[in-house]
Amino acid sequence: MEEVKLYGFGPSPFSYRVIWALKLKGVKYEYIEENLPMKSPKLLQHNPVHKKVPVLVHGGKPISESLVILEYIEETWPENPLLPKDAHEKAMARFWIRFAEDKYPTLNTFFRTVGQDQQLAIKEALKVLQILEDQALGNNKFFNGNTVGLVDISFGWLAYWFDCIEETAGAKIIKSNNLPRLHEWIKNFKQIPVIQENLPSRDKLLAYLKTKREKILSCIFIPNGH
Amino acid sequence: MAEVAVYGAWASPLSKRVEIVLKLKGVKYEVIEEDMSNPSVWLQNYSPILKTVPVLIHEGDPVVAPNVILEYIDETWTGNPIFPQNPKDRAKARFWIKFIDEKCVPAVMLACWGREMVQQMATQEAYNCLKALEDELRGKKFFGGNNVGAVDIAAIFIALWLGVIEEINGVKLLMHDQFPLLSRWVNDILSCSIIQETLPPRDQLITYLRTHNPNSFPSGT
Repeated sequence: MEEVKLYGFGPSPFSYRVIWALKLKGVKYEYIEENLPMKSPKLLQHNPVHKKVPVLVHGGKPISESLVILEYIEETWPENPLLPKDAHEKAMARFWIRFAEDKYPTLNTFFRTVGQDQQLAIKEALKVLQILEDQALGNNKFFNGNTVGLVDISFGWLAYWFDCIEETAGAKIIKSNNLPRLHEWIKNFKQIPVIQENLPSRDKLLAYLKTKREKILSCIFIPNGH
Repeated sequence: MAEVAVYGAWASPLSKRVEIVLKLKGVKYEVIEEDMSNPSVWLQNYSPILKTVPVLIHEGDPVVAPNVILEYIDETWTGNPIFPQNPKDRAKARFWIKFIDEKCVPAVMLACWGREMVQQMATQEAYNCLKALEDELRGKKFFGGNNVGAVDIAAIFIALWLGVIEEINGVKLLMHDQFPLLSRWVNDILSCSIIQETLPPRDQLITYLRTHNPNSFPSGT
């Protein structure tokens, strides 16, 4: 069997996407923690174009970009399938995975802003979350239906990181009364043993996010009078 | 409606991507031409979130997002595959398609159309992207190897649209001496008869893009 290595970064939800997929399929791998922002020579060798984590190295060959890695894992280890078999349902799943990627910045803008800008960013985030609630999740337990799949994994950061981001930024966006089904999905997703056993320490994540937000806000131009 | 239909726009590289793949696989389809600035009720109905071209309709069901459509077509009509069979090579192809859509095209658009302040930085970024693609072509006729593949099809923006927006803006990015392999690839891909007959005529595209805001192009979702 070819060796599997994963280069990741503790606070990064993108690294955890890959960890969850590997664990759900029972794939053994070696995890190498990168000490970002410093990047190891191996990481730069394996991902010369983007120089980012996560990178999966299978049998010496590197694959980068978390969503590309997820599809690779699904195709290479077909046990416990995480994508629907039906071509049209698979296309829908892939659409939502792309949506998760494309809307990630919109869902995070409130973390990088204050005051009126933050209020606007929260409104935009709510619009996206409403689409997830109504159209992606519908009445299903998971985005994939009765069991967890790649779409759930792609949105998985909403189940844990988002709450820490909300706390750090001083905002509460996903609540049981405004997004009840998404709120329920968060509970169900976190109860899956593989997910529960593979999450970063909440304290460490909050400390990391606090420092990050302070750095970001120190660069924001505050006009006279504030 | 025919069994396979494409809601598309003649000037859109993303629409043409879908048409090229269908033609390469010999799939008969009907095109429903959309005005990108004013999407029809039908398009909005089939693509309620993106509300943009291209949308593939197969047996009445819509498939949206250009790269999702490409994968769907390749899996449904398996003759003349455009994605590699081997998972590692397929992952590489997906990586490069993402790179083209998310890094290369935006950098090129900003380098040509951006305001002076951002243009210099965007030009350097565009060069870096083209260099990465140049390096990827080393030892190969096409990004897909000996035959045109999904990455080549995703890169048709560089083969046609890049030259057009360079001309309109008096900018030159894809210089032959700096990017000999990519320049040769442009000639080779445009010589493929199926691609030639599917792409819009260059002069029509120049006229159209002189008067229409290219930022109204749907982005490569």
